Amino acid sequence: MNRELFRFKGGVHPPEHKAESNGRPVHAAPLPRELVIPLRQHIGNPAKPVVNVGDRVLKGQLIGTADGTISAAVHASSSGTVVAIEPRTMPHASGLPDTCIVIETDGRNEWIAHAPVDYRNLPPAELRMLLRDMGLAGLGGAVFPSAVKLDPGPTHPCPTLILNGGECEPWITCDDVLMRHHADEILQGAAIMQHLLGCTEILVGIEANKPEAIAAMETAVAKLDFPVEVVAVPSIYPGGGAKQMIEVLTGRQVPSGKLSTDIGIQVFNVGTAHALARAVNHGEPMLSRLVTVTGHVLRPQNFEVLIGTPMQALIDLAGDRDGTTGVLMGGPMMGVPMPNAHVPVVKATNCILVQSRELFPPLPRALPCIRCTRCANACPAELQPQELFRFAKAGDFGRAQEYHLFDCIECGCCSYVCPSHIPLVDYYRYAKSEIWAREREKRAADLARERHEFRQFRLEREKQEKAEKLAAKAAAKRAELAAEAPSGVTSAGAAPDADAKRALIAAALARAQAKKAEAAPKNTDHLTPEQQREIQEIEARRAKIRELARKPLESEEDA
Amino acid sequence: MLSAILVMVALAIVIGVALGWSAIRFKVEGNPLAEKIDAILPQTQCGQCGFPGCRPYAEAIARGEADINQCPPGGEDGVKKLAELLGVEPKPLDETHGTPKPKSVAFIDEQTCIGCTLCIQACPVDAIVGAAKQMHTIVAAECTGCELCLPPCPVDCISMVPIAEDLPHWKWKHPVVQLKRVA
Repeated sequence: MNRELFRFKGGVHPPEHKAESNGRPVHAAPLPRELVIPLRQHIGNPAKPVVNVGDRVLKGQLIGTADGTISAAVHASSSGTVVAIEPRTMPHASGLPDTCIVIETDGRNEWIAHAPVDYRNLPPAELRMLLRDMGLAGLGGAVFPSAVKLDPGPTHPCPTLILNGGECEPWITCDDVLMRHHADEILQGAAIMQHLLGCTEILVGIEANKPEAIAAMETAVAKLDFPVEVVAVPSIYPGGGAKQMIEVLTGRQVPSGKLSTDIGIQVFNVGTAHALARAVNHGEPMLSRLVTVTGHVLRPQNFEVLIGTPMQALIDLAGDRDGTTGVLMGGPMMGVPMPNAHVPVVKATNCILVQSRELFPPLPRALPCIRCTRCANACPAELQPQELFRFAKAGDFGRAQEYHLFDCIECGCCSYVCPSHIPLVDYYRYAKSEIWAREREKRAADLARERHEFRQFRLEREKQEKAEKLAAKAAAKRAELAAEAPSGVTSAGAAPDADAKRALIAAALARAQAKKAEAAPKNTDHLTPEQQREIQEIEARRAKIRELARKPLESEEDA
Repeated sequence: MLSAILVMVALAIVIGVALGWSAIRFKVEGNPLAEKIDAILPQTQCGQCGFPGCRPYAEAIARGEADINQCPPGGEDGVKKLAELLGVEPKPLDETHGTPKPKSVAFIDEQTCIGCTLCIQACPVDAIVGAAKQMHTIVAAECTGCELCLPPCPVDCISMVPIAEDLPHWKWKHPVVQLKRVA
């Protein structure tokens, strides 16, 4: 505990509100009648469904397989029947629907066969694939597929592993409670991470406002045969951010646009370590997680929740109250508003924060920015939020990027301190998604340009090929005729070229004659005068039609 | 006096040679301005501007033969960017060339398609797959939504489907400043 700690710039001290929920025991949430399991729960490609409507699935059965490297599988959280694979409203700020697998549970909670993995005798690549198929994704909030993060790569040795138990956001206590009750398993997960990453130093960073968690982790560490250092870090929001945690513990900053692995550090949430230990030591895929249900409820507490459980079920368990004005997924600083309370719990759901007018009064009307730079003092990413705001508002996204918009971690410190109550983070999110959309459009335009240019080239090439083919054919014919014609015929006066041309024309004429003779109408002799008349009538009609057809064309030409 | 003239002449020769050499050595192929204009245009290749594709339109603008407000798919944003690049005042879109529409992709009703290949020949980005008397289909990821395949279709089996907003393409909206609480 005598490690030298560092201080990141900025940060704020919002009221913690942790005591509301961290004192109550953890309950397993009851099995809901219907589980809605989204295929897109992680960053990267969504999982691909591998079950059909009507299939019976067991608890832990793979229902969506990982698609590509940056992806993770999804599993049935309980046994039952797949009743639908359809778009359902997602726990996402947009409120848009996305493909979900809906399982009607049968209440038997019947497990599929599963067994522990002997990870020490497994090639690392195989173990990582296994973890991807176990659906492991970061539980800290970003839900990045863990298997990717557990690959140090040949060029990035990763000497330091940091387990992040910071949990700096107000109201949220799921990591706190997890560390209190499952410290041993978290450290087992750390051992597996150490095995895969080959790190030499393991640090557990926990904010000093969680003494019980620190004590529990220290007790668990004392039982280990490898060194792990539990470090109490000062409680400053956003000290639980990965980059901030790295700076506090090691004094090093992750350069802009780089990853922490570029400076030899990998950070995992304690919840991810716990899930990893469950996956490897018990063969259990990621089926449930701890969720804090707090805010405007009767009994704020933590639940062990199956992925796919509707949020409303948990709010009911914690005691729904009148006067609810909305539900946030996550904390008050970074949480996103939910379209409704019936969306399912996903891997990213660390907290369900029920809002009321008393707890979260609506923000007063935003006033103009007075450029007081309080936001710049609070920004932990050392940005200039007031400038970013100005550029984002004006739609000057190029300048915003020059001011390192993409280093913004959207922690909300700037909005928190803003005396004008400007929703600054909303502007940064808007600017970021606008920039991404433009980049997509740019890529599409480049593709279209490339394809159009290739088409032009192709048409030109085809034209040329055709011309060449014709020329070759004509040349062959000419040669043939030249060989046929006796040399004496060629008059000395005429040019041989003109002669050859004449011969070609003669040959073509002969061909046309032959064709005409072939196509000549048959049965035209011995006609009765009646038939003859009829033929003439028809011919006259045809001539008239031809005349009519030619007329508008001519008039068009005249015009 | 003479030496001064000689010095000036020598200087003129040296600089002239240097300039002449660099004019050959660093010759820029094509019109760099047309290149920059082309980069702003949306590459829909729809021809609504009156030119056969984005590149000819860009070249026409660069030559000063076309106005900057003839590209409906580029929208007002595109006009603004062109105005900024060329240092002229932005102007409203010329409605005679069409109005901006929501981004769409073509869709072939495969029940009705007779496999005539006319749309394949019309597609400026080769985004239609098919062969004579075979059913055709659109490669949606490559379709620019130019609508050039609509007129040649003899059975009117192609329709434009607006691209619906989905989760990966969803954008955070510009924060709305609420002036007064409604209701």
